[in-house]
Amino acid sequence: MNIRNQSTTIMAPESEVLYKMQAKDLSFFYNGSQALHTIHLAFLPRQVVALIGPSGCGKSTFLRCLNRMNDLIPNTRATGELLLDGRNIYSPQVDVVNLRSRIGMVFQKPNPFPKSIFENVAYGLRVKGIKDKGRIVERVEKTLQQAALWEEVKDRLHDSALGLSGGQQQRLCIARALAVEPEVLLMDEPCSALDPIATQKIEELIHELKDQYTIIIVTHNMQQAARVSAMTAFFYMGRLIEVEETDTLFTRPRLKQTEDYITGRFG
Amino acid sequence: MAKHLQRELDKLKKTILTLGAMVEERVRMAVQAVENRDEALAQRVVQADHDIDVMEVEVEEECLKLLALYQPVAVDLRFIVAVIKINNELESIADQAVNIAERVITIARRPPFDQAVFDFSRMAEKAQAMLKKSLDALVNLDVDLAFKVMLLDDEVDELRNEAYDRIKQVMAANPDRLGLLINMLLISRHLERLADYTTNIAEEVIYLIEGEIVRHGEIC
Repeated sequence: MNIRNQSTTIMAPESEVLYKMQAKDLSFFYNGSQALHTIHLAFLPRQVVALIGPSGCGKSTFLRCLNRMNDLIPNTRATGELLLDGRNIYSPQVDVVNLRSRIGMVFQKPNPFPKSIFENVAYGLRVKGIKDKGRIVERVEKTLQQAALWEEVKDRLHDSALGLSGGQQQRLCIARALAVEPEVLLMDEPCSALDPIATQKIEELIHELKDQYTIIIVTHNMQQAARVSAMTAFFYMGRLIEVEETDTLFTRPRLKQTEDYITGRFG
Repeated sequence: MAKHLQRELDKLKKTILTLGAMVEERVRMAVQAVENRDEALAQRVVQADHDIDVMEVEVEEECLKLLALYQPVAVDLRFIVAVIKINNELESIADQAVNIAERVITIARRPPFDQAVFDFSRMAEKAQAMLKKSLDALVNLDVDLAFKVMLLDDEVDELRNEAYDRIKQVMAANPDRLGLLINMLLISRHLERLADYTTNIAEEVIYLIEGEIVRHGEIC
């Protein structure tokens, strides 16, 4: 087993270094109401982990904690630790902009900037201070190829990104996230607004990207979780209920609560 | 969607149990035909096999439909997979009942043997009990009962060996009756195979309940 629910598994301290990211006793509060309860969850490098659970279970809140996106919401507070390569990302010394370039994010609805396809991908590079045009062009092409979009857009790079289809826009957003060479990619229901063909392309893309990135994906689509991830974590009412290898979780989950959720007998 | 699926799964369970009951009846008839050298009853077993075949296909189609429409997971997935396999096993058991019936037809047409060769009743009773227990284990999701079925299989194997030794002995003394004796030997073989299939059903029930595959002696 590669990722562990530490409440049930004792780990040697030296093994922590192996993890790309690790939540330790992570709790999160919105206006004093607790949305996450002491989550222990660790992510191995270059592995896809799916977070599942009913609406309001805390999976998206947890995902947004991973790159401190929740900092943008007023009156929120996180306790516990969230480690990236063994260092707490909630420590005051952390530069959040730099952090988010290391931990990229793709959202539910494709949200390209109202700019050209090229500029969408180049934007992050410019923010990062890269001025060399040749390098930017090279990086944009490489990233669009990585996001399996290059062939479809190479002849219209300077057209507006808003003219792309939903599936293409989402791949553009993935390219935009990849352009700044993140180490971790967070995906919050990346296919929920897409048709089955576009969904399939994104899933294939996830399959390609996992060789290079640690990917954490929130999904309401159980089959998608089963298809794309190596590990699945089930959240319920702000708690991590069960984390298992995906094959095991979807054939013989350990806990009745997990089984009731994945078989649709919930409530 | 879960309610729809649950309804379909309940229906599937009823269908597989109906098939189980039909197969139990065929086995009972075949065994009775052996005991009474009843050719007419044996003929009925042979003729009625078509119904089982039709139902086996229906169950399989139903399972494939549920897999395609609902993409079930966890216990629901294990249930459907178990039903697909149990369905096959039941059809094979019915085929063994037909095989036994065919042997009876052959035997009944030959002159009766003037001495007791082998009493199949104990072996038949055990095989029938295994079939009943394996289906009860499925109905009640009773893993202990399923394990008991697997243990009973050894007893049936033992009786098959006894039948083999005894029939071989009678063959040596009565080389003119080999045709009839070979048919009797085949009956013991068919009963033993029938018991093997019930063991497979029990193994599927264990998989359904525990999520562990216990085939190929991987229990204990």
